[in-house]
Amino acid sequence: MIEITDLAKHFGAQVVLDGVTLSVKEGETMALLGPSGTGKSVLLKTIIGLIRPDRGRVVVDDLDVATLSRKALSRLRGTIGYVFQNGALFDSMNVFENVRLGLTDPDQFKDLDFARSRVADCLALVNLPAETTGKMPSELSGGMRKRVGIARAIAGRPKYVLYDEPTSGLDPVNADIIDALVKRLDTELGVTSIMVTHDVRGAFRTADRVALLTQGRIAAIGTPDDFLASEDPAVRAFLQRDFELSSTSSGGVDR
Amino acid sequence: MTALAIQVQHRVGRAVLDTLAAVGRFAALVVEMGRGLTEVRVWLPRTLDESWNIGVGSFFIVLLISSFAGAVTALQAGYQFTGNIPIYVVGSVVTESVVLELGPVLVGLILAGRIGARYAAELGTMRVTEQIDALESLGRSPASHLLIPRVLACLLMIPILVIFADVMGVASGWFASKQALPVTDADFIYGARVFWRPFDAWYSIIKAFFFAGAIGFVSCYMGYSTKQGAEGVGRSTTGAVVTSSVLILLLDTLLAKLLLSV
Ligand SMILES: Nc1ncnc2c1ncn2[C@@H]1O[C@H](COP(=O)(O)OP(=O)(O)O)[C@@H](O)[C@H]1O
Ligand SMILES: [Mg+2]
Repeated sequence: MIEITDLAKHFGAQVVLDGVTLSVKEGETMALLGPSGTGKSVLLKTIIGLIRPDRGRVVVDDLDVATLSRKALSRLRGTIGYVFQNGALFDSMNVFENVRLGLTDPDQFKDLDFARSRVADCLALVNLPAETTGKMPSELSGGMRKRVGIARAIAGRPKYVLYDEPTSGLDPVNADIIDALVKRLDTELGVTSIMVTHDVRGAFRTADRVALLTQGRIAAIGTPDDFLASEDPAVRAFLQRDFELSSTSSGGVDR
Repeated sequence: MTALAIQVQHRVGRAVLDTLAAVGRFAALVVEMGRGLTEVRVWLPRTLDESWNIGVGSFFIVLLISSFAGAVTALQAGYQFTGNIPIYVVGSVVTESVVLELGPVLVGLILAGRIGARYAAELGTMRVTEQIDALESLGRSPASHLLIPRVLACLLMIPILVIFADVMGVASGWFASKQALPVTDADFIYGARVFWRPFDAWYSIIKAFFFAGAIGFVSCYMGYSTKQGAEGVGRSTTGAVVTSSVLILLLDTLLAKLLLSV
């Protein structure tokens, strides 16, 4: 369970989050939509304590993130996988070592045989060939880096996964594979997740609920069907624009 | 006039506050590193790697710089000390200037450029590409994974490099004075011993240790607190080199005053 209450954050004169309240239930997949620059990444980072909010609370697993000790926070982070927008792979390490660092349990991390098989499993889940393990991040394409980032985030079998635009910049086939993976982690392992995305169709297919973040607040929230039926001008405006965009771009059609 | 005065006051006040804030953040980072010291199994292997990198990477440049410094000191001493100053003084001047000043300071300044720039750029890039955030998101401590190994590698390797520089500088000064001046081995050794105190060697190493701290802490802090993309990395890198070089010169003066006053 992730509970966000009245969260606010500004940078200098710019107010980014202005009273975000959002609750993600156990086992639920929440898609978070919103135009770029509205603070979706800031919101995700605040959830794992990488950014300190000015006001408001984030409670994960009944733990108030802001008040945790260093140890408790790092233990909590061990149960949350975080997929960074651009992969954020450690560029001095190869793919195997990167994904291995996702094993947040120290015993699993140390056991080399276990690590090998888990890394291979995770790479297969994101549709990367086994040869990728020995490559350095600089030898990979942007889409491959992103998928390695996803593999790293799920390697430790986290209870929660926060995805920051996991499918943007991927080709349609791999975007579908990632959407299916998100769905599968949700249904088979009961993972609770928040998926920031621009891909409205992907969001509607994978998410249990969809939330729209605009101007620092959650403007609308509901099931995909609620969303499609919504009369809310903010929702209509967002969907309108997105469907126009996706019908003119080859990647967005009929996925 | 008064408007200008107020504006100046305003600017100065701002600068003071900014500096205090930076000092506060630096102190917080040092505390964080102190806490990270408990994770020996994380930082020890990385410290050894970093030390190896620094040592191998800087060995030849250090030997090169110090051998030129020693030789030039010998030649200039020979040029200056004519008339009734005994020629063996060349031996004293070479040993003392290399060990007390040239070895540690030249090596410090060169390594502020080499190691300081490298650490600030590495950590700055990791910051702006969210690798540091990623490390934290995996429940791991940037202090024990990234900062402690770099600072310790500086503290370990820079004094060792300075010892090599001292030996090399004196040796090349000796060689140069034999070649170019009417100085015999006996003269040089006599001169070197006359004014030598064992503390001089310690002083060289103590200085190296402080300079190493300046380079390690400043470049790690600057890199770690990088903001705003590639431009920010550039700013941290030059900032790290300039700040640690200036700090080395200040420490050099301060240590001379504190440790050498009779
Ligand atoms: N560390 C930071 N310092 C200053 N401004 C920031 C920082 N992080 C994000 N911002 C600003 O906050 C706004 C929201 O950013 P972000 O959350 O990345 O947007 P998005 O919704 O596209 O993920 C942007 O205008 C960005 O410039
Ligand atoms: Mg973003």
